[in-house]
Amino acid sequence: MKILVCVKQVPGSNNVEVDPVTGVLKRSGIASKINPYDLYAIETALSLTERFGGTVETLTMGPPQAKAVIQETVCMGAQSGTVLTDRKFAGADVLATAYTLSQGVRKCGDYDLILCGKQTTDGDTAQVGAELSEYLGIPNISNVLSVDDYQDGRLLLTASLDDQIVTLETALPCLISVDGDINTPRLPSYKIRKTLTDDSVKFLTFADFEDQNADHYGLSGSATQVERIFPPEKLSQKQTVEGDADTQAEALYALLLEKKML
Amino acid sequence: MYNKITAADIAALQAIVGTDEVLTGNAINPDYAHDELGGISRMPEALVRVRTTEEVSAIMRHAWERNIPVTVRGSGTGLVGAAVPIEGGILLETTKMNKILSLDPNNLTVTVQPGVLLMELAAFAEENDFLYPPDPGEKSATIGGNISTNAGGMRAVKYGVTRDYVRSLTVVLPNGEIQTFGAAVAKNSSGYSLKDLIIGSEGTLAIICEAVLKLVPLPKVSVSLLVPFPDMKSAIEAVPEIIRSKVTPTAIEYMSRDTILFSESYLGKKFPDTKNDAYILLTFDGNSDAQVDQDMSTVAELCLKIGALDAYIVDTEERKKSVWSARGAFLEAIKASTTEMDECDVVVPGNQVDTFIKFTHELADEMNVRIPSFGHAGDGNLHIYICRDALSEADWQNTLSVCFDRMYAKAVELGGLVSGEHGIGYAKKEFLKRQYGETPIVLMQGIKKVFDPKNILNPGKVCF
Repeated sequence: MKILVCVKQVPGSNNVEVDPVTGVLKRSGIASKINPYDLYAIETALSLTERFGGTVETLTMGPPQAKAVIQETVCMGAQSGTVLTDRKFAGADVLATAYTLSQGVRKCGDYDLILCGKQTTDGDTAQVGAELSEYLGIPNISNVLSVDDYQDGRLLLTASLDDQIVTLETALPCLISVDGDINTPRLPSYKIRKTLTDDSVKFLTFADFEDQNADHYGLSGSATQVERIFPPEKLSQKQTVEGDADTQAEALYALLLEKKML
Repeated sequence: MYNKITAADIAALQAIVGTDEVLTGNAINPDYAHDELGGISRMPEALVRVRTTEEVSAIMRHAWERNIPVTVRGSGTGLVGAAVPIEGGILLETTKMNKILSLDPNNLTVTVQPGVLLMELAAFAEENDFLYPPDPGEKSATIGGNISTNAGGMRAVKYGVTRDYVRSLTVVLPNGEIQTFGAAVAKNSSGYSLKDLIIGSEGTLAIICEAVLKLVPLPKVSVSLLVPFPDMKSAIEAVPEIIRSKVTPTAIEYMSRDTILFSESYLGKKFPDTKNDAYILLTFDGNSDAQVDQDMSTVAELCLKIGALDAYIVDTEERKKSVWSARGAFLEAIKASTTEMDECDVVVPGNQVDTFIKFTHELADEMNVRIPSFGHAGDGNLHIYICRDALSEADWQNTLSVCFDRMYAKAVELGGLVSGEHGIGYAKKEFLKRQYGETPIVLMQGIKKVFDPKNILNPGKVCF
């Protein structure tokens, strides 16, 4: 199975400031990391190739420094990866990002399976995976909890529809977005890091793409305009349950039911 | 010898702390009769929840006059029965004395009440760009409890233990007098260090009501390394090599695959790697990526050279959580894997860790009992657990007795001590006496008598 995993470089900490004038995240000087949700997709891909054979490549769009996240995926076990980088790609919304990725995928090769994380920790839109599948003209399944089997070119999957769990069978090629927390992603290997070469990361720019209309990329290719970005309001509440053990247990159980945590 | 608590005593205690804060009889949750592992249980006659130093002082004046025993309890997470009121009397709970009183960025200190939890202090320090270095596994322990046992934890290799971070203590003596020992100063040559006598005294000399603790600037970068080895022998033998490399990790922990699997089952969460039999987990911190990466790479190279199978990089919050949350749950996970267990918290010189671990494996085979272990390989403090599993009560008691005798004797033979960080409390008194012999114990008893001539504060613990 030839698998491609889409990843994104995001700020290394959740406490990133927003520029009050431009409404853009202040990324300079902030450490970065792979979007944590993408790690579940990488782990799913690597486990699949361990079970059924195949290769894992990774793809990202970003500035040249995004090379670091591709190298990290290689340290986790991917064979190689590609960075889509060009000034023309800057300022892309979800639609333009998905379109750019689709151009990148077409250039990189044919894949049986494309994996995405559920969402990113910075943009948080959870739309790029579905839109990418639309541009590629392949089926998309979101909120995948597990890939259960692969037989005769078809995948058997378990996915969440929030109020119910469904089992699905799909033909390949297809794109799936995996849910968060579905596995424990493996750690990057120092042993592989030592042997990293430049060959493991490929760069593609606008000039490499099939579609040479610059209006389809970046800010000009974006259908939406961000007016304001602000951190979500933090809410923390503390409630103390008093009484003997039985009373406390009853009260806690009732509270968890009320909050729909059970 | 002690007076029983009467209705008049209850009324007097209620007058000090309020009616709601004095509990008796069935109103006291049975959990207050024991700690997490001490193997001893006794309900107090009265549970009193205090909020201020003045309340503690008034209670002690009353107990002193009436000759009523008083045992102090924080979160009850101790492991040697130190907070169990074995003579009944008053159990004085400090968890409501849980205020962080002040932060002094000029002197790098924080002043806290004893009921502040370790995790609360750690988070507060971090929010203010500081680090409170002591890092025991039990994050819901109170700072008062940490000071009372001189808790160490995982960063001891580089930063030392709780004692190294206590600048001064405000305490209530058994007669109710309030005293402050030490000061918010960096140096102190002013007579006997009474503050240091209180630290590690397990609530037998005075009641800690306020502590001024030293903080350090928060290191900007912290990375861990999970190093898999083919077996425990090669993992443990790597530790002295790492120490000789002169790179100082903040932590060097060892763990076996079995223990990791218990933790997976206990937490319901997979560990990032369980393919190998033994692991060493190290952390490096510093103020630049380059410096920390260099330290990490030096140790990774060394480990690979001496037989490690790889070295996994644990560099993001999510990755640290996936590894360290498992490490933090080891004690509870082993506990959940058996019917009953008891522990040995010995500390041996760093270069004897491998010898001691090998000894416990041989002992487990010989006694036909499960003895999982994990611990602070970098500072020689090992946590070794004897699991009862399906043993009958008689066999269990016999196994415990033989295993403890042999392990403590071995620790002494290797130049070690009975407890590295959990304390003596009630459960380990005999082993302490056996190791130290008469004179040190008599000296300890003498100190206790000077502080507490009526022996009302946590009687029957440590050296009595």
